[in-house]
Amino acid sequence: MATAPHDGFAQLVHAEWTKLRTVRGWLVGLLVAVVLTIGIGLLGPLGSQISCVHVDGGGCSAQSPPKGPDGREVVDDKTIVYRFLSGDGSITARLTDFDGEYAPTGDVQAGTVHGLQPWSKAGILIKDGIKPGSPYAAVLATGSHGVRMQYDYVHDLPGLAGPVSAATPRWLRLVRTGDVITGLNSADGAMWTAIGTVRLANLPHDLVIGVFAASPQYEVIKSSFGGTRSNGGPTTATGTFDRIALTGQTSGDWTVPPTYTGSGPDGQPLRPQGGDGPKAPTGAVQHGSDGFVITGSGNIAPMAVSEGSGKTVESALAGTFAGLIAVIVVAALTMTAEYRRGLIRTSLAASPRRGRLLAAKATVLGGASFVTGLAAAAIAVPSVTALEHHKGLYVFHASAGAQIRIVVGTAALLAVAAVLALAVGTIVRRGAAAVAAVIVVIVLPYILAVASVLPAGAAQWLTRLTPAAAFAVQQTVTSWPQVTAVYTPTNGYYPLSPWTGLAVLCLYAAVAYALAHRLLLRRDA
Amino acid sequence: MSVCLDFTDFPDALHAEWTKLRTLAGTAWLLAAAVVLTVGLSAASAAGVTCDGAHCGEDPAKVGLLGVTLGQAVVAVLAVLAVGEEYGTGMIRVTFAAMPRREAVLAAKAVVVAGLTAAAGVPAVLGSALIALAVLPGNGFTAAHGYGPHLATAATARAVLGSVLYLVLVALLALGVTAMLRDSAAAVGTVLGLLYLFPIVAAVISNPDWHRHAEQIGPMQAGLTVQTTIDLAQQPLSPWQGIGVLAVWAFGALAVGAVVMRSRDA
Repeated sequence: MATAPHDGFAQLVHAEWTKLRTVRGWLVGLLVAVVLTIGIGLLGPLGSQISCVHVDGGGCSAQSPPKGPDGREVVDDKTIVYRFLSGDGSITARLTDFDGEYAPTGDVQAGTVHGLQPWSKAGILIKDGIKPGSPYAAVLATGSHGVRMQYDYVHDLPGLAGPVSAATPRWLRLVRTGDVITGLNSADGAMWTAIGTVRLANLPHDLVIGVFAASPQYEVIKSSFGGTRSNGGPTTATGTFDRIALTGQTSGDWTVPPTYTGSGPDGQPLRPQGGDGPKAPTGAVQHGSDGFVITGSGNIAPMAVSEGSGKTVESALAGTFAGLIAVIVVAALTMTAEYRRGLIRTSLAASPRRGRLLAAKATVLGGASFVTGLAAAAIAVPSVTALEHHKGLYVFHASAGAQIRIVVGTAALLAVAAVLALAVGTIVRRGAAAVAAVIVVIVLPYILAVASVLPAGAAQWLTRLTPAAAFAVQQTVTSWPQVTAVYTPTNGYYPLSPWTGLAVLCLYAAVAYALAHRLLLRRDA
Repeated sequence: MSVCLDFTDFPDALHAEWTKLRTLAGTAWLLAAAVVLTVGLSAASAAGVTCDGAHCGEDPAKVGLLGVTLGQAVVAVLAVLAVGEEYGTGMIRVTFAAMPRREAVLAAKAVVVAGLTAAAGVPAVLGSALIALAVLPGNGFTAAHGYGPHLATAATARAVLGSVLYLVLVALLALGVTAMLRDSAAAVGTVLGLLYLFPIVAAVISNPDWHRHAEQIGPMQAGLTVQTTIDLAQQPLSPWQGIGVLAVWAFGALAVGAVVMRSRDA
């Protein structure tokens, strides 16, 4: 911005920094922002406890979900009939019937009805051992999304559309060549189309190759004024396979899992480790000479974060609001206090180009707020996470990049909010009104959307259109199209991507700044 | 407001405060804004929320009076300005010179602000309730879905009356906090922080006991339980207990504010 060394902008910035630095209340305000942000963040784990309801009385560590190849939590719970494959080879199978069962009331004893879930799965897979969370590639039919090729939990490619029946069977094939796996499908076993070719890094020589079925929890998602709740129960999916053919060097006979009746030794339903609710009866039986009928429950998919199953990394930043309010007060005051004291006339006399004064204030405040936010978030995230680990709470995976993004994003959020507060303070020239207006537009929509007050649809729109959209920058969880879950702001899912959300706040700040600039030039001080 | 000439100074203080607040440029605008914003958000909520089955869990009073969560911010600003402006301009020194009993000044301000808030709160809350009563039956809030033949019940009347009381108590809380802090902007930040932060803190606390306590002591959540008309047994507080919690906050802030006002230089 400074075009020449003797241009006044640098001096203006220096003057504004001196004003900010020497008013004790303002520095205290920024310090309070840091302390409150960290303190409220720590309240979360301090006020939380782990509730282990494991039937076998095992420790809570037994409840941590398996992790996929990229470190994310996954659900890997299915019925699989498998053999071992050494080196290159392939598996082909025909799926002739696909049906399921679920309990609409969520209670299996109360009666079940036939039907598949949208993401019930039956198909073939190649996997690095049967350990939950290991890399895999699969071609599978789904309840209502046609044939898919899925691999390493998070990836999902579409194949043939339409349901499976005896009249419209689905032929599925997986071919392994080194680390490269190709998924194919066909309606008649003659005309094959490739769905995708993927590389699974570092696949070992020996792999599990087999046929599986799985069916995720039945979900009834209910949004109401008290928030969004999901009720559900276990489901099963049964796939009838024949014409199973393997090529390549295979060893051993088919390993068929024992039939599982859905109750433990004491008659109580068991809970699977993935936390996907009580499990339904599953198993596999031989079907003809080259087939199996496989009934599965569970899922092979990324895990959706839901309330109660653990803490997200961004929950460490719940105190951002307190910090935000403190920063808003300081930012609005730096302008309104000048009007109040009449200092604005001195400031404008010293800097007749009024736009520069506003720019200098915005630079100093934005910078100071950014540093405040950065310090608060950089301390809060690791310390709160450490406390959560210490208390035995499960903390969901977030990549290092995502953690850096939420810390820097929180700092940017405070900086942009400070500029917005400064601009609104310049427009209304009253501290109380400016502070109230900015707090209400940023914090109230968030409370209405997140603290379980509004139904899901309204909450989505609030976090899209209002400045509260900026809190998307703190999101570390991912919503998966191939997983049915409650993707609402309450559970940490925002409709906008992190930086788009922050851009919404930037847009509000830019408009307010432009208006403030215009009014500052036109009005008497 | 009539002023009876008494030899104690309270009616004079009352009259002085009424004149000051009445002639403050922003007061009328703020009162109008409180009514418009409350009714506007309530109407949007009543129009947008539907009950799509029996036991849908929607509380018609909470849906229809949602605007109170927005209107309280305006009411808080009004109350903050009633004290904060005087400290800001130095007028407070003149006031205290004329009225050395400072707690009488604060009490007079409290009466005037409470009266003005009630004057805005009644049309704001009644307007919201009337719109909700007209709109909600069309959105599935019917007898078939578990609501009474009429939504206007004794519980609804309590929610309406309680919401007006809620706004008045928020104004008194804001008045007390401003007397403590003696700065308008900081006071608004603190009051809105007190109101809005407790729900956020409660949301991150998963221990059921702590969560319940956070909901019981938060001035906004506790106070707004007065709007509950269904599932009363599941609330952490009964409606009037909730208003009681907010009253403790409000009068506690006023008491501390009075002490600070007395002991500090103006």
